[in-house]
Amino acid sequence: MARRMGDTFRYLLLMVVLTLWPAFAHSAETKTEAELRNFVVQDCGSCHGLTFKGGLGPPLRPSDIEQLPVAAIEAIIREGVPGTAMPPWKALLTDDDMAWISRQLKSGALLEKTR
Amino acid sequence: MTKLMFRVVTMIAAVAMVGCQALQPEQNLPLRGTGDLGLIIERATGSVQVVDHSERDVLGRVEGLGDLSHASVVYSRDARYGYVFGRDGGLTKVDLLTMTIANRVIQSGNSIGGAISQDGRYVAVSNYEPGGVNVFDSETLETVLEIPAYYINEQGEKDQSKTVGLVDAPGNQFVFSLFEAGEIWTVDMMATPPEVTRFDAGKQPYDSLITPDGRYYIAGLFGEDGLSMMDLWHPEQSAKTILPGYGKGEQRLPVYKMPHLEGWAIADGHAFVPAVGRHEVLVADMSDWSMVQRIPVQGQPVFVMASPDNRQIWVSFAHPKNNVVQVIDSQSREIIRTLEPGKSVLHMEFTPRGEEVWVSSRDSNRITVYNTRTLEKVKTLSAQKPSGIFFTNRAHALGL
Repeated sequence: MARRMGDTFRYLLLMVVLTLWPAFAHSAETKTEAELRNFVVQDCGSCHGLTFKGGLGPPLRPSDIEQLPVAAIEAIIREGVPGTAMPPWKALLTDDDMAWISRQLKSGALLEKTR
Repeated sequence: MTKLMFRVVTMIAAVAMVGCQALQPEQNLPLRGTGDLGLIIERATGSVQVVDHSERDVLGRVEGLGDLSHASVVYSRDARYGYVFGRDGGLTKVDLLTMTIANRVIQSGNSIGGAISQDGRYVAVSNYEPGGVNVFDSETLETVLEIPAYYINEQGEKDQSKTVGLVDAPGNQFVFSLFEAGEIWTVDMMATPPEVTRFDAGKQPYDSLITPDGRYYIAGLFGEDGLSMMDLWHPEQSAKTILPGYGKGEQRLPVYKMPHLEGWAIADGHAFVPAVGRHEVLVADMSDWSMVQRIPVQGQPVFVMASPDNRQIWVSFAHPKNNVVQVIDSQSREIIRTLEPGKSVLHMEFTPRGEEVWVSSRDSNRITVYNTRTLEKVKTLSAQKPSGIFFTNRAHALGL
């Protein structure tokens, strides 16, 4: 339990530092919307399922992420979730990419396109 | 004259026999073996292609297999049927000769892979949701056994762990690992009822392999640097950690894709395994499982596979550096070629004797066939978002 608290604290600290430092090390290339859509469905889909019903990672259908505001989803994509297999994607995606992905996940728009 | 008579009689007999049976699609098929056939997963369309690696050609497509975002295949011992394990819990038995679905069940909410028993009677599926392993009759796909992967979680509650790295082992056993629980379980299918034995392993095993002789079961660990190894000749010794702390004191990179441990890359008494979160292939001395070398490669390795003659090690990579494949000479342990088969390379499969290797490029919608001696491209085939490639010679190998 103490260990978990420590991890959580360190994670929060990291989030605060990185939020205050938004221009951190972006080398991500700009992707077209079609490339980004393919990336989310195929690469995120490797762990979360092509239809976002989950896998090694949790399900990401709109009903699964109802409680999470778009900003929280963006933060999870940006920083990952320590202690799990979810990596931080900030080195590969731009802020705009992450915001776009978060909105698509919330609305379920990508699911309609894949169906 | 007598010959002709014989033929006529045979023909009449054949027609009579056909008339007695219900007309099966196979009666219109030319006779052929299945030893040079295989299946290619088309992950986005929920279909598989039936391919012939002698002709380097696609014979046909079977559709309706559900979510194949993480799919794999094992074969019946007659190598006619492929059992396709889909992400959505679907288990589909595909007939390679008729190119039809022979049987299909949805056996869980979410699955990751499977295995067929040494005697060919049982097909086992490794599930994420609910966490555990289900065993089926390979003929009928009827449930034989359900093994919920119970463990006590960090909050002290009874929970079910995701299961990974399911393989068959000698003595008609199945072996698998529990991701959250950090355990390895063996299932003895010869005992009545089948007997499950639990062993402690390292943190978060993500995938496993078994050596071709079925002796060593090795689980890669996501939660710590190292691998958990069990000597199945001596299960009483439990699981040991090998290559502990291989990246000590170094910052691990974000892991954009879990490595896959499939088959066994071994040469000159050395084992080659992907490092987690590092641009390295690790080389271990099999006599004492110590680290011999870390080979720098261009990205995070996903598949590290030895050619059937063990002369070459072929390495594929995680996003975003996944448009290339690197070939390592197993003796000099140096990279001898970097190939560019296409965008988002996902899998590689050697022909049974290893003269060629097929490589799938998901985002280029193609399969590239290379000659392993010249390392030159021989042919390309088109496929829709191809991922895994599985040839039928797997029917006769332990652990595949």
